Amino acid sequence: MSDVTRADICVAACAEAWRGDGEIIASPMGLIPALGARLAKLTFAPGLMLSDGDANYLTDPTGTDSHVEAHIPYRQLFDFVWHGSRHVMMGASQLDKFGNQNISAIGTDFAQPKVQLIGVRGAPGNTVNHPTSYWIANHSPKVFVEKVDVVSGLGYDRARGVGHPARFHELRRVVTNLAVFDFQTPDHRMRVRSIHPGVTIDEVVDATGFVLIGTDRGRIEATPEPDAEALRLIREVLDPENTREREVPSARTGRR
Amino acid sequence: MRDKRMTVDDVVAELRDGDVVGIGGWGSRRKPMALVTAIAKSSLKDLTVVSYGGPDVGMLCATGKVRKAVYGFVSLDTIALDPHFRKARQEGRIEVSEFDEGALQWGLYAAALRLPFLPTRAGLGTDVMRNNRELRTVDSPYDDGEKLLAMPAIHLDAALVHLNRADMYGNTQYLGPDIYFDDLYCLAAKKRYVSCERIVDTAELLAAGPPQSLKINRMMVDGVVEAPGGAGFTSCVPDYGRDEAAQKAYATGDVFVEASR
Repeated sequence: MSDVTRADICVAACAEAWRGDGEIIASPMGLIPALGARLAKLTFAPGLMLSDGDANYLTDPTGTDSHVEAHIPYRQLFDFVWHGSRHVMMGASQLDKFGNQNISAIGTDFAQPKVQLIGVRGAPGNTVNHPTSYWIANHSPKVFVEKVDVVSGLGYDRARGVGHPARFHELRRVVTNLAVFDFQTPDHRMRVRSIHPGVTIDEVVDATGFVLIGTDRGRIEATPEPDAEALRLIREVLDPENTREREVPSARTGRR
Repeated sequence: MRDKRMTVDDVVAELRDGDVVGIGGWGSRRKPMALVTAIAKSSLKDLTVVSYGGPDVGMLCATGKVRKAVYGFVSLDTIALDPHFRKARQEGRIEVSEFDEGALQWGLYAAALRLPFLPTRAGLGTDVMRNNRELRTVDSPYDDGEKLLAMPAIHLDAALVHLNRADMYGNTQYLGPDIYFDDLYCLAAKKRYVSCERIVDTAELLAAGPPQSLKINRMMVDGVVEAPGGAGFTSCVPDYGRDEAAQKAYATGDVFVEASR
């Protein structure tokens, strides 16, 4: 068995979200998605546009020979969001079986929430306008819930209710510290796409607060490990300090 | 031409209880903290604050100045959540309108253009519609027949922004990576106040940046305040970056902290 870590696998699984996206803005939120987006750009998705965290877009965000190739201030960023030339990978404090996401507040009384989070941010506009994926560092029943408290990012059932104006809605994949999911089912319920090496399907089921589709033991695939070149890039170029290990520790079996 | 120079206190004196105040910058970047701090220490009350929120919102919540906050997010960037804003929310002390951040831009833009609303998809189907009961949809009058969110104009009584340079007439220059929405705040407001790192002669403006950096001009400005370090502890690049230590002190204790700038 190789010495590939869970964090390495998560980075590669996040990178896969952008495969085939062409020349669009990749907006990763969080460390592992950021590493994934850069990995994708350096390997199979060279067309991706990546920002420096502000308004400048860099040819090679990790390289020594990097140049500003574009300038997109927030005013113009929303043009691209609404134009559809972007694929974001956001986090979620709660996510339900249809992919409704909450980053706004916890609790049923919005006038006085139990916990105020960051706010809906760009989630409503992102999800209704261009492809969205999610990264969940700590897969647990507290995150994967039957019903989210404040729908910030649009799920498939809500999008169906909106109808034609939500025709650009598309949830690509959900990557967690345990597994990869997508919504390619007849009614777009979240299903298991693969589970990370070393994780059991029971762990995934136990850590999910709604009924998962695709948990038939005979058919579950393992999330692919990064190939040798991807692994080299992750370890030597993208994250030589191994900061990813802090977000997805190897020692952890998955649940906290 | 009118010399529009003022002091921080002059600006605060122009504000009234209950005003709708738009505050420029983004998160913990280029916030007009000198002006915000003066408001926090004033007797003003019942303000509605419109912001791409950072410590401006937190400080005004902590000091009891806010009746209502209008925002897409409130964050300190390197500290994800502003504890003072969270506390006010979790104690139910303030009203809020939480919109998609692009829709918020649309609301300011509609006010700037003197339109009642601008259509968007950003918010459809989400709880933004449930939590903001005043929101309405609008049917496209054309063949597509799309039903869109009619994002209402967000009219401001006053706009407060902090940029790098200005002349005494209000021609204002940003030298950092992003104007954010500062120009829109000015166009959406009845009274517009710019604080800046340095007031320079008009002839000097182009020494620091190209004509494109003059994104706010004197038509859009009623008062100019020279406030060196006036964005601290938030960032105001290239003049200075964020004072992370001061921000941490703000987040963990009293909102009034000494920034290094």
